Amino acid sequence: MEKLKRMAPSTRSSFITYGMVIVAYAVMEALLSGGLLKSSLKGLLVPICAYVVMAVSLNLTVGIMGELSLGHAGFMSVGAFTAVIAAAALESTVTSGPVRLAVSMAIGGVAAGLVSLIVVVPVLRLQGDYLAIVTLAFGEIIKNIINCVYVGLDGEGFHFGMKDAASLGLAADGKMLLQGPMGAVGIQKLSSFTAGFLLILLTLAVALNFIHSRAGRAVMALRDNRIAAESVGISPSRYKMMAFVTSAVLAGLAGGLYAMNFSSILAKKFDFNTSILILVFVVLGGMGNIRGSVIAAAALTVLPELLRDFSDYRMLVYAIVLILVMLFTNNPACKTVFARFKLGSPAKKEAV
Amino acid sequence: MKRKNVCSLVLAAAMMATLAGCGSGGASSAAAASSGSASGSAAASADPIKIGGIGPITGSAAVYGIATRNGAQVAVDEINAMGGMQFELNFQDDEADAEKGVNAYHTLQDWGMQIVYGCTTTGSCVNVAAETNADRYFQLTPSASSTDVTAGKDNVFQVCFTDPGQGTTAADYVAEQGLAKKVAVLYNNGDAYSTGIATAFAAEAAAKGLEVVSNTTFPDDTNTDFSVQLSDAKNNGAELVFMPIYYTPASLVLNQAKSMDYSPIFFGGDGMDGILAMEGFDTSLAEGLMLMTPFNASDAGAADFVAKYEAAYGETPNQFAADGYDCIYAIYAACEKAGITADMSHEDVCEAMIAAFTSSDFSVDGLTGKGMTWGTNGEVSKAPMVVKVENGAYSTM
Repeated sequence: MEKLKRMAPSTRSSFITYGMVIVAYAVMEALLSGGLLKSSLKGLLVPICAYVVMAVSLNLTVGIMGELSLGHAGFMSVGAFTAVIAAAALESTVTSGPVRLAVSMAIGGVAAGLVSLIVVVPVLRLQGDYLAIVTLAFGEIIKNIINCVYVGLDGEGFHFGMKDAASLGLAADGKMLLQGPMGAVGIQKLSSFTAGFLLILLTLAVALNFIHSRAGRAVMALRDNRIAAESVGISPSRYKMMAFVTSAVLAGLAGGLYAMNFSSILAKKFDFNTSILILVFVVLGGMGNIRGSVIAAAALTVLPELLRDFSDYRMLVYAIVLILVMLFTNNPACKTVFARFKLGSPAKKEAV
Repeated sequence: MKRKNVCSLVLAAAMMATLAGCGSGGASSAAAASSGSASGSAAASADPIKIGGIGPITGSAAVYGIATRNGAQVAVDEINAMGGMQFELNFQDDEADAEKGVNAYHTLQDWGMQIVYGCTTTGSCVNVAAETNADRYFQLTPSASSTDVTAGKDNVFQVCFTDPGQGTTAADYVAEQGLAKKVAVLYNNGDAYSTGIATAFAAEAAAKGLEVVSNTTFPDDTNTDFSVQLSDAKNNGAELVFMPIYYTPASLVLNQAKSMDYSPIFFGGDGMDGILAMEGFDTSLAEGLMLMTPFNASDAGAADFVAKYEAAYGETPNQFAADGYDCIYAIYAACEKAGITADMSHEDVCEAMIAAFTSSDFSVDGLTGKGMTWGTNGEVSKAPMVVKVENGAYSTM
C-alpha cells in the first residue's frame, strides 16, 4: 500500500506529460488541416520535435545522472549524418517514405549509441568539470572528423575517403552523399510532424520509464551519494553507462529527424553552441524535470522567431528574456507559487 | 552546488551570445533606421512588389549580410525614386544558419513576399533554395556561390561566380599570364567556399601545366599560425601562393610570410575583398597582392553608388554590397521585361521571371560585371576581374 501511494503521483505526472504532448499535437494538426497555421510556425514544427527529444535525452545525463555534458550535439551529428547516408542507400530498396525515415533514424540512433560506447570509457572514470571538458572535446572531434569525410554511393556500393571527392573514384552514375565541409546535400525531405510527435512519445516513454525503474533510481542514488549507493551494491559503471548510452541513442534519433527536414546539413551546425543551446533548454526547464524540458525546448525554439520584430536587437532581447526567465524561475518566492500548482513533483530534485 | 555552477555557466554563455550580437547589431543601427524609413516611404506609394531578403544580420558572418542588405536597399531607394515600378525590401536575419534561414523564409512567406533575394551565405541558401523550388518562388542570390545552390532548381539564380568557376578562372589566369610555374594552395578545409575554390583550382592548374608543389590546409577554428603551411610552400619553391580564404586569416598569412622573408605572389579569391579596410592592418603588407573580385570601389563607374552608400551607411561598400545592388537591378530589369505587377501571385511571378532571366536577349550591366547573362542552370556568365594592390589601393588588371 505504502509503495503504491508513493508511486501514484509520479505515474500521474507522467500521464500529464504524455497528455500535454498529445493535446499539443492534436491542436497543431487541427490547425494544420484547417490551414490556420502561419507558415513560419509550420516550418518550426519538426525542429521543435527534434529539440524536445534532444532536451529530454540530455536531461537523462545532466538531470538524472547529474553529470554535465557539453557535447550532446556530437551525438546528434553522428545520428544525423548516418541517417542521411542510410536514407540515400535505402532509396531503391525501401520505397515507402515513412518506413525509410524510421529505418534510417533507427540506424542513426544505433550509430550514435555505438559512438557513445567509446566516449563512455572516459565518462565512467571522470566526474564534474573533467567530464564536462571531455564531452566538450568529443563534440569538437566529431565535428572535425565529419568535416573531412567524403562518402559516395554508386552501383558498386559505398566509397569512403578523407581527401576529396575526386579521389573516391565514383562511377558516372554515382552520387556524393557527404562532401566534407560542404556537408550532405540533396537530402530527401522525409521528416514530418507526425514522425516527430511519435519520436517524442517514444522518447518520453523511454525516459520516464527509465527514471521510474530500478535502474533509474540506482542512477539517481549514485548522483546523490555515490559512496552510499556503492555501499549497498549499486555498480556505478553499469548504471552510468546505461543512462549515458540511452541518452546518446535518443540524441541520434533526434539528429536523424532533424537532418531529414532540410535539404542539406553541415557538420558546423552541430558545434559547441548547439550543445549549449540544448543545455539551456534543460537548465531552464529544470534539471531532472522531463516535462520542463519539453516545454522549455518548444518555447525557446519559437521565441527567436517571435522576436523578429525587434530586427537588429533580436538576439539581444532573446538573451535578456533568457536571463530574466532564469532569475524568475530560481526566485524562492516564485518557486513556492509553482510548488502550489505542482501535481506531484516529477522526479524529485536534489537540494541546491 | 553543482546546479549553481551549471546555471552560472549557462548564464555566462548567454551573456557571450549577447555581446557577440551587440558588436554587429550596434554597427548597423544607423542602417536599420534608414532602411526603416525607406520602406516606410515605399509603402506609402501604390502597391510595391514585395522582395524578401535573407542573410545574417547577427553573428560572425553579419558583416556580409549587412553589406548585402544595405547594397540592395540603396538600389531599392533609387528605383523607387525613379517612379514607375515600386519595390519593398524586407530583410530577415538568418545568422548564417541553415535552420534559421528556413525560418526567415517562412516568416517572409507570411509577410506575402513575391520574390526572394538571398541568401547571403551558401549553407543557408541551399536549404532555402530547396524550399523556394518546391513552393515556386523566384530566387536570386547575391553571394551564395556553391553549385549546390542552383543544382537541379530552375528557379534559383546567382549574381556571383560559383566556387569551382572561380577556382578554374583563377588557374586559367595564372597560366595565361605566366605568373608562375610552381604554385602552392593554402585553404580552409572546414569551409565549403574555400574548399570548393581550392579543389577546382588544383584540378585546373594541373590541366594547364602548372605544378602544384604544396597543398596545405588549416581548420576553421584555429587560424592564427600559418608558419607550417608557409614553410612548406617556401621549401618546395612555390612562386605563387593561391589562397581562397577570407581576409582575416589572409592578413595573418601576409604578416607571417613577411617575417619569414618569403615573398611569392599571393593570389586570393573574392573573400579577400575587404583586407585593405581591415582595422589595424598594415596595407604595405598587401602590396602586390592579387585577388579576383568583381567590384572595385575606386572604379569610375561605381562612383555614384559608392557616394550614396557612404552617405547612408558611413563606410565604403565592398563586393557584397555591390552584388546586392546588382541583384536588385537584375530583378528590376527582369520585372520590367516580364511585366510583373504587385498583384501577381508568387507562382506567376516565378514562371515569368524564369522566362525573362533565361531568355537570350536578357542581359544586365551592373557594378560587378558588364553584360551579365544567365543560363538555365542559374549560373551567371560575366567577365572575371582581377585586381592588384598597388600603393594601398586596388588597381584593375
